[in-house]
Amino acid sequence: MKPFSYQKVMGITEAVSDLKEKNQSYIIAGGTNLLDLMKVHVMQPQHLIDINGLKLHDISERDGGGLHLGALASNAQTAYHPLVEGRYPLLSQAILAGASAQLRNKATNGGNLLQRTRCSYFYDNSTSCNKREPESGCAALHGYNRDHAILGHSEHCIATHPSDMAVALAALEARVVATGPDGARSIPMADFHRLPSNNPQVDSNLEAEELITGIQLPPEGFAEHYAYLKVRDRASYSFALVSVAVGLRMEGNTILKARVALGGVAHKPWRVPGAEELLEGKEADRENFKVLSEAYLTGSEAFKHNKFKIKLAKQTLVRALMQASNLKL
Amino acid sequence: MEKNTPSPIQKESIMLTINGTVHRLEVEVWTTLLDLLRERLKLTGTKKGCDQGQCGACTVLLDGQRINSCLTLAVMHDGSEITTIEGLAQNGKLNPVQQAFIDRDAFQCGYCTPGQICSAIGLIQEGKAKTKAEVRELMSGNLCRCGAYTHITEVVLEALERSRT
Ligand SMILES: Cc1cc2nc3c(=O)[nH]c(=O)nc-3n(C[C@H](O)[C@H](O)[C@H](O)COP(=O)(O)OP(=O)(O)OC[C@H]3O[C@@H](n4cnc5c(N)ncnc54)[C@H](O)[C@@H]3O)c2cc1C
Ligand code: SF4
Ligand code: FES
Ligand code: FES
Repeated sequence: MKPFSYQKVMGITEAVSDLKEKNQSYIIAGGTNLLDLMKVHVMQPQHLIDINGLKLHDISERDGGGLHLGALASNAQTAYHPLVEGRYPLLSQAILAGASAQLRNKATNGGNLLQRTRCSYFYDNSTSCNKREPESGCAALHGYNRDHAILGHSEHCIATHPSDMAVALAALEARVVATGPDGARSIPMADFHRLPSNNPQVDSNLEAEELITGIQLPPEGFAEHYAYLKVRDRASYSFALVSVAVGLRMEGNTILKARVALGGVAHKPWRVPGAEELLEGKEADRENFKVLSEAYLTGSEAFKHNKFKIKLAKQTLVRALMQASNLKL
Repeated sequence: MEKNTPSPIQKESIMLTINGTVHRLEVEVWTTLLDLLRERLKLTGTKKGCDQGQCGACTVLLDGQRINSCLTLAVMHDGSEITTIEGLAQNGKLNPVQQAFIDRDAFQCGYCTPGQICSAIGLIQEGKAKTKAEVRELMSGNLCRCGAYTHITEVVLEALERSRT
């Protein structure tokens, strides 16, 4: 690691003003992603703002029936919290499908959302990478791109967002709450992460001077009909090749509402609201799910080593929808 | 890569209770908990496998919870209690999980073992694993290059059962 200065802050205002005023300053929460990237010199903060002393650890009910998840609640605390397990089992399962027990004990909800891509070229300083060093090129484009995006990519970056939690939050239509120099605001998950476009160095629409304080879950948690299905190279402790989060509201075998997000395929959790609507009022059956899966992959474009992902994504979508609606495969 | 100019060396005073002993230490702020344990305090039982959160060899208990000591800074834990493999035996008697690893031959080279044992103790305290499949899943953060998984899983399952009676 390169030398840096460090300060533990005790107030949100202090954290935000340090972010604004100190050159190359970064927040450290669990540290499980930031320190990893600092060791390989991919991220080189000059100043670390330790926010672990802030009171952002609570998980509590919101007026109107939703749930608030503090930015500093650990991934483990969140996944095992009775209100999350009971009302948002989709979120519990997605979190527990990620990383390891040790990492989830340290990883925080805010840090999970802002973890950076696992593109191997991003981690390797000897290669060109627009995300690491703007305008240097993208080694993955003509390199070994098996893990890379099939949707929403640009010629400047084909990386995927690695978070499992974020995929579930997208399907749940959660909002991210942040505080910056101009006060607090909440950002819908659909607008939180962004596509790479011509500036892939920017992962999200959070401003550099903003601090995530929490996540808001809406009242509907799809606890009756949900699935998180993660396909990866080994059974545990591995990032997703493709993952699917599904929440359904059903009456008998009829789907009243469907929320579906795909992970491992794009720079952000991938949702196609128009395709979700195709299921409304339809019977839960394989043919209708196939229609949705085709609509989700519309416009997909694979590279030399990840062509398999298009079919895999479609099949994982169908399988997750079958699971969520309790249909036998 | 972001441009950077080196900062002057910042040291901070921290207090850590490690295996029951209070340590008052001055640490350079970039020292990981793992490097502090191994390089400074010579507690070399905790191993460095990958230094990237990928293997679990560096697992210790931080305020009773298992974590990867390679991915956290010592300075972030002022006031905390840390238990490493060296601190598990009580009054000259091995912790039952340690003893079980020996009795059941749950290792070959032994490099992953301190991390496996600390992780198993964390798992038992968490109380989430009951079945063999759950033990395998919740121990997946500890890799064993020798592939001693079969025995490790059996030992952890047995220890779990004993902890319930
Ligand atoms: C071996 C390994 C395997 C993994 N496998 C998976 C997996 O399968 N699935 C998965 O989803 N994840 C996986 N992870 C990633 C893990 O989930 C993240 O490292 C973790 O969630 C990051 O949280 P943190 O609190 O440690 O973040 P930090 O490392 O502290 O921070 C990450 C980033 O977020 C910023 N930040 C943190 N908190 C805030 C805040 N409140 N406001 C503003 N900015 C903030 C930091 O400045 C930094 O840029 C894995 C990690 C490792 C090391
Ligand atoms: S895909 Fe994105 S992160 Fe990977 S090398 Fe290309 S620019 Fe960098
Ligand atoms: S050394 Fe920490 S996980 Fe490998
Ligand atoms: S016993 Fe050799 S690595 Fe596990």
